[in-house]
Amino acid sequence: MNWISNYVRPKINSLFSRRETPENLWSKCPECGSMLFHRELTENLGVCTSCDHHMAISARDRLTALFDDGVFTEVDVPMPMPDPLSFRDQKKYPDRLKAAQRETEEKEAMLVAEGMIERTPIVAACQDFSFMGGSMGMYVGNAVVTAANRAVELKRPLILFSAAGGARMQEGILSLMQMPRTTVAVELVRDAGLPYIVVLTNPTTGGVTASYAMLGDVHIAEPNALICFAGPRVIEQTIRETLPEGFQRAEYLLDHGMLDRVTHRRDMKSELSRITRMLLNMPPPVKGDLPPPNDVKSEPAAASG
Amino acid sequence: MNYLEFEKPLAEIEGKAEELRAMARSNAGMDIKKEANQLDSKAKSLLADLYKNLSPWRKCQVARHPDRPHCTDYIEALFTEYTPLAGDRNFADDQAVIGGLARLNDRPVMVIGHEKGKNTQARIERNFGMARPEGYRKAVRLMDLADRFNVPVVTLIDTPGAYPGKGAEERGQSEAIARATEKCLKIGVPLVSMVIGEGGSGGAVAIATANRVAMLEHSVYSVISPEGCASILWKDAEKMREAAEALRLTAQDLHRLGVIDQIVREPVGGAHRNIGATTKSVGKCIEKFLEQLSGMSRKKLIEERRSKFLSMGQGSLAA
Repeated sequence: MNWISNYVRPKINSLFSRRETPENLWSKCPECGSMLFHRELTENLGVCTSCDHHMAISARDRLTALFDDGVFTEVDVPMPMPDPLSFRDQKKYPDRLKAAQRETEEKEAMLVAEGMIERTPIVAACQDFSFMGGSMGMYVGNAVVTAANRAVELKRPLILFSAAGGARMQEGILSLMQMPRTTVAVELVRDAGLPYIVVLTNPTTGGVTASYAMLGDVHIAEPNALICFAGPRVIEQTIRETLPEGFQRAEYLLDHGMLDRVTHRRDMKSELSRITRMLLNMPPPVKGDLPPPNDVKSEPAAASG
Repeated sequence: MNYLEFEKPLAEIEGKAEELRAMARSNAGMDIKKEANQLDSKAKSLLADLYKNLSPWRKCQVARHPDRPHCTDYIEALFTEYTPLAGDRNFADDQAVIGGLARLNDRPVMVIGHEKGKNTQARIERNFGMARPEGYRKAVRLMDLADRFNVPVVTLIDTPGAYPGKGAEERGQSEAIARATEKCLKIGVPLVSMVIGEGGSGGAVAIATANRVAMLEHSVYSVISPEGCASILWKDAEKMREAAEALRLTAQDLHRLGVIDQIVREPVGGAHRNIGATTKSVGKCIEKFLEQLSGMSRKKLIEERRSKFLSMGQGSLAA
């Protein structure tokens, strides 16, 4: 407070003075409406501290949370030919792409990384819903193929986090062709005898669900994630009736036999390492920062995978 | 004959010629021959004109034409000893996908296709060619059977898309499509696909991930329907003409993009104006493809298919 704020009438004052608090310090949970402090929310991996609602997090944040100490190496994904159809709706496709790149500071809708989770070496691919709805075009196809090849090359399990509105319409038939293409990629991993685990996050729909997201050896979903082929709105328009509560949500799919597990984000990392370690016949990870002194000799087993 | 909207001028001329002939039949003395023939040739050249450069949206309309030959027409015309096989051994028999053993010029094949139905009742029974998970699981079962006994597989594609329904979702529509695509990639026998009408997104690709894919000249194959695309990107389903243009869904575009191997010519005025000629050229193309693939080992067939789809997306329409 200074003399001018006391002196000048409030309405005029508001024109001159800027609010100092950045608006992104607090976010509102879309589910229960609680106000959540950003640091607390980040620490809780983007899960509401009062109602456990799993909010969207960026692919990079997810990978940082997944890998040991947040350390991973990004695998380079080849850039496809830009705008193969010269697609234009109300905006040009290259403009939409550039806007998404500016907004997300990412190259495209999927990240591929290698690193350790609980000292288990893995390759991960993570789709970014914030980038044009995570839509699967040729780049995402390239990313899945790259991730599969890398997993085979390093003999590591492939863990894929799916999140997408479906295929990228702006790439037309070439985006549709990524369905069989990514299916070949999954087969390469399978042929090499390596686990392929899919973590389905909110939302996973359309052509993505109908290809690599439903071909995992194990399917794990985050709570309440929407997982479907045709979205609820399309179905309501087609059959003209309201759909049951929780329709096409992770728990509903679990009930209908389409998933193995629904797992809280905080437990995902240890669950993934547990499953992959068992499938690859590795010993359980050593818990704690350092192994007990008398156990040092037997420890390297964890790193040998 | 059902006329499409853009064929209205043609309908008028053909209607006039028909009227004249009807009049002549009741009045024996009338000589209308010259006039009627004139109208006929006018209609003929108009038809050729209309179909010479069909816009993408008009192609969609032709591809969906109610009189267009369907899967059953091709089976009837091209195959002998057709023996339908039914059911997914799990839940139901989906009438939107038909299939069975048959002979193509004496060669046993497994034929599988989407069937839209010829009349209203059949269309309802066949759910307008929109398959549920059972349809794809039936296709998987038939492909498996063909694979075990070394019988080539021929698929005929004609679907608006997989059915977006409550039950279909509950029984795993996406998983069924993914598994069918996977099965296409796994079988060690020749797999040949022909898009005869609409290639509707995942519902089509699920049984069209083939060694060779051809399309009829006026058929379409797309990631989404023009109406669906228009309502999402233009926020207006009426902008389907623009969407059809932008999506590049014609056989000609797909051929340029390297997604399909061949275009099969249709008679002037579309497949429905001469069903016999159409089925014949489709049969020739299938026969040619099967001949090309007949010497290949199981391993080679799988490898060829895999590398074909692994390299999808190298083509472009730019430049």
